[in-house]
Amino acid sequence: MEENIIQVENLSKSFDISSKKPGLKGTLKHFFKRETRSIEIIKNITFGIKKGEIVGFLGANGAGKTTILKILCGLIYPSQGKLSVTGNLPYKRRPNFLKNITLIMGQKQQLIWDLPPIESFYLNAAIYDIDKFEAKKRIKQLSDMLEIEKELYIPVRKLSLGQRMKSELLAALIHKPNILFLDEPTLGLDINAQRNLRKFLQIYNKETDATICLTSHYMKDITSLCKRVICIHEGCLTYDGKLEKLLKKISPVKDILFICKTDKDAKELSNSGFIIKNQNQKEITITIKKDSIKSTLKKILNKFEIEDLYINEPPVDEIIGNILVKEKV
Amino acid sequence: MKIRKYIKIYSLFLSTSIASELEYKTNVIIDFITAILSLVGSVFLLTIFFQNTDNIGGWNFEQALIIQGIYTILNGITNTWFNPNLTEIVKHIREGTLDFVLLKPLDSQFFISLNKLAPSGFLEIILGVVLLFYCIRINQININLSFLFLCITTLFCSIVILYSLWFLISTTTIWFVKTWNATEVLRSFLYIGRFPLNSFSFSLRIFFSIFVPIAFITTIPSEVFLGIAKPWEILFEVIVAGIFFTVSRRFWLFALKYYTSASS
Repeated sequence: MEENIIQVENLSKSFDISSKKPGLKGTLKHFFKRETRSIEIIKNITFGIKKGEIVGFLGANGAGKTTILKILCGLIYPSQGKLSVTGNLPYKRRPNFLKNITLIMGQKQQLIWDLPPIESFYLNAAIYDIDKFEAKKRIKQLSDMLEIEKELYIPVRKLSLGQRMKSELLAALIHKPNILFLDEPTLGLDINAQRNLRKFLQIYNKETDATICLTSHYMKDITSLCKRVICIHEGCLTYDGKLEKLLKKISPVKDILFICKTDKDAKELSNSGFIIKNQNQKEITITIKKDSIKSTLKKILNKFEIEDLYINEPPVDEIIGNILVKEKV
Repeated sequence: MKIRKYIKIYSLFLSTSIASELEYKTNVIIDFITAILSLVGSVFLLTIFFQNTDNIGGWNFEQALIIQGIYTILNGITNTWFNPNLTEIVKHIREGTLDFVLLKPLDSQFFISLNKLAPSGFLEIILGVVLLFYCIRINQININLSFLFLCITTLFCSIVILYSLWFLISTTTIWFVKTWNATEVLRSFLYIGRFPLNSFSFSLRIFFSIFVPIAFITTIPSEVFLGIAKPWEILFEVIVAGIFFTVSRRFWLFALKYYTSASS
């Protein structure tokens, strides 16, 4: 059996957080006598990730997803638990470990603001011990994949958000890391830029067999990239498994839109005891359990005159949105 | 091998910083003019102090000018390296961009202390050196190898002390998040370095020698210039520089354990 490249056992992390009451009195009290309390952000989490997997971390804001990523890449010391990433203790931040990983944050940038991105790429190449010839080759290869050949020589401050994000990706991948930690990489990007970025990550994963750990609030990122998801709710792991299975488990129904031939059929269909989700004159949407689709369809098609029908899955955003606030999945 | 890597990276820091600064031509010109006016203003202030007296704390005007020269060099170094880098530490910690620094296979203290550079400070360094050469002429100082060695050693130690103090204060940002004021106080203390240590009262001399060794960092190199520095003073400065640098380094590595990164 293939060994896990990331192994986490009973991981916990607590932070000391101070709270402040509103008003001047609260401010003065907060200044002179700060009340701090310890909050457990991550609670006893265990999981393993294999080489080449793309895993999505799902959870509401403040659930602890980013903290997990930051612990995994060695930025934050864990309070408790066992941890191994590529056989290393991440928080020791040994050079060999750091050369194997990268962290990309959608809302933070490492490129030099006033200079073209190519300057930052060569600087990063030197930091990762990549010689100039090899760096040139990698920049060419990655800029081709990301379609940013022309933007390499334009100052970062003059690039669009999408072009900047692609440049950030290139800067973060120049050392060919085996593990990518992506914290909301598509944040603020338009639909085309999001799609291009996802396409790039899919190709990168396929070509290099890199492991990708991803957090995102754009469900399309998760559904198009991740076969496996880990759900976090208030610091606890609530689900770890296939996304498909999760969707089936959470949403065992399908919505079917029937377009009836006559108003009479529409009226009779709406009164025949099915769960009606929507009705608009001759168009009726009925929610049917997945395991009884065949028999129910047969029944309806035999009894009523149906002009056309469409079978829809409930929107993934809606399903996942619901599980983010659930304690147990 | 490691040293070669660091030299190569530093040369890249230099070229990218100079290129970044030169993107804004007017700003560079204004900085150059400010440096010249600042030195003229300081020398003018010194002439006012010496208008009614021949010496302050046992130093005459020509000798006090050496302190001004050393102060100008140190201020130039502050403006070239310390100011652009060490004040950024607070920003790195507040905004969480220290993450990128910590995840690089490179010494984090080296990266955050040297990755930027403001070329306008170079002019101050050059002006300071010119002023020192002028002082060597008017004070009729003989230049020989041991003189040069001691001057460079004490000046280097002064730079190390100043850097370590600034870095120590900036490191506390990991716990206190905002420490702009503390670094501003340090810059204000640096102005004190324009005057001889002997011009202060005994208690202030102790304070500015041991607790905040600011006056110390200009006075001892100036005494070396004049050939009146006592050997124990030079040794003391070397020891203080070593202690301050070691403490600042250890404190940084210790503080990183408490770094929690900014929220996303």
